[in-house]
Amino acid sequence: MQKSLNIDPAKCTGCLQCEMACSYEHTGAFNPSKSFIKVFTFHDEGRFAPYTCTQCEEAWCQRACPVDAISIDLSTGAKVISDDKCVGCKVCTIACPFGTVNYSQDTGKVVKCDLCGGDPKCASACPTDAITYVDADWTGYSRMLASAAKSLPSIEVTT
Amino acid sequence: MQHIIIGAGPAGVVAAETIRKYDPEASIAIIGDEPEPPYSRMAIPYYLIKNIEESGSYLRDPVNHYRNLDIELVQMRVDQVDVANKQLKLADGSVRGYDKLLIATGSRPVNPPIPGLDLPQVHSCWTLKDARGIAKLAQPGANVVLIGAGFIGCIILEALVRRGINLSVIETGNCMVPRMLNEKAGGLLKQWCLDKGIDVHTSCSVQSVTSTENGVKVSLSDGDELPATLVITATGVKSNLEMLEGSGIEVDQGIVVNNQMQTSHSDIYAAGDVAQGMDFSTGKYEVQAIQPTATDHGRIAGMNMAGKATAHHGTVNMNVLDTVGLISCSFGLWMGVEGGAQAELYSPDQYQYMNLQFDDNCLVGASCVGKTQHIGVLRGLIESRIMLGVWRQRLLDNPNLIMEAYMACTQELSYSP
Repeated sequence: MQKSLNIDPAKCTGCLQCEMACSYEHTGAFNPSKSFIKVFTFHDEGRFAPYTCTQCEEAWCQRACPVDAISIDLSTGAKVISDDKCVGCKVCTIACPFGTVNYSQDTGKVVKCDLCGGDPKCASACPTDAITYVDADWTGYSRMLASAAKSLPSIEVTT
Repeated sequence: MQHIIIGAGPAGVVAAETIRKYDPEASIAIIGDEPEPPYSRMAIPYYLIKNIEESGSYLRDPVNHYRNLDIELVQMRVDQVDVANKQLKLADGSVRGYDKLLIATGSRPVNPPIPGLDLPQVHSCWTLKDARGIAKLAQPGANVVLIGAGFIGCIILEALVRRGINLSVIETGNCMVPRMLNEKAGGLLKQWCLDKGIDVHTSCSVQSVTSTENGVKVSLSDGDELPATLVITATGVKSNLEMLEGSGIEVDQGIVVNNQMQTSHSDIYAAGDVAQGMDFSTGKYEVQAIQPTATDHGRIAGMNMAGKATAHHGTVNMNVLDTVGLISCSFGLWMGVEGGAQAELYSPDQYQYMNLQFDDNCLVGASCVGKTQHIGVLRGLIESRIMLGVWRQRLLDNPNLIMEAYMACTQELSYSP
């Protein structure tokens, strides 16, 4: 069964280990500003919430790409960027309605979560199990995806 | 079922793929008049910078992809659509019949009525062929004049500068990209370009281009005369409608379609720059002429052509632009609505700008300069018409909280405080 990231904001303490692990895995440096997963802080609610790509079915980024640079990793289901093909046009960064594809000035390409090829470092680094990598059916993502799909009625099959 | 698609851009290719997905038996052909395999005009600036070869602009693997999907590629111009007999007249005199037809012929550049734009030194930048011509003339040290600082002008600006030429940009509007950014944001782009040594003239028009011994002379309304070896025009595009003359297919600015991308003739669909599709924000039908809209149109037209009735709810007009390293974007009703509230951050010293436009409790438009992180969520907020509640005031106080607003409004943060 395919797995996906499951995020439980209630367990997040805001320690940013996930950002450290992600940036180290993808850039070779511990630098949260380069992380593909991001922990958002809700001061008024006293909450932290990690957030990254849900590898959504719609794949807005993939559909918007003009040069076929985004493909699906068949082993993980992740939508992955090919650095060789990406020209850096950034159309996917405005097409993704979740804001999880971002342009990197360092590389001149776009970057996004690739599930680390099936061993997501954010999940292994998380000390409180706020981020886990579990069978897809279990995850809160299905709820989130359902609500996201409802909230973006750009198409509707009428029959 | 014979599906024919005229036009090999993103709308046509996505439509062909979509038809194949829903109708494995259909016969599908794409007829395009350019000699290259289907490619993306969006990639041309990166070809001019020499970041990619021509093949880097191809929409898909030019050989295997179409063969694997059994999509026939035909390189030929279509001269006429014969609606009564459901057939196309091609430039070589041949005729092809169709059961369902998609017109995805795109758009092409239009030049303003300025004397001298027919000189050989004057090019537009639209096709790979144009790009080859520009690459030949835009050699280091060359004087180049770019007419128009709209989206296309700005996006090729960087490519030209990086080729080591001396660039002057002429724009009739009072700032850069006036149809995408307001005066403050567009002014930042102008200042940025001036700081990079680019000669930018706004609120200025070209009077004429005339031949000289070494090239041409571009005469401006502010009295300046600029010598140039290459003049590039980027003054807007219009839908390619000519071959529809006499066909009876209803056209306005583009081809008139309903919310299933169907034209006035039920077997004929239109998509992309040539189609007057629905704008999400206004509900009106207009030509958007942007890449994400073309692929959306292509997908919806393809589903309907394959018999899967699908309604289009409109596409959010949006753009993202890299002007010599300064990134800007705009979404939806970025210019605001009557009686709506706005939030604005303006830090000219840091080349940062952010503007959010609200209608009642929803975000309806946005524009930013100098921001690259999480900008897609602006589309999410607009297109989902999320009721912002308490986050409306928080965004008015601090427009940077767009991700937090989206997350708090769409997900449970596990408990309600």
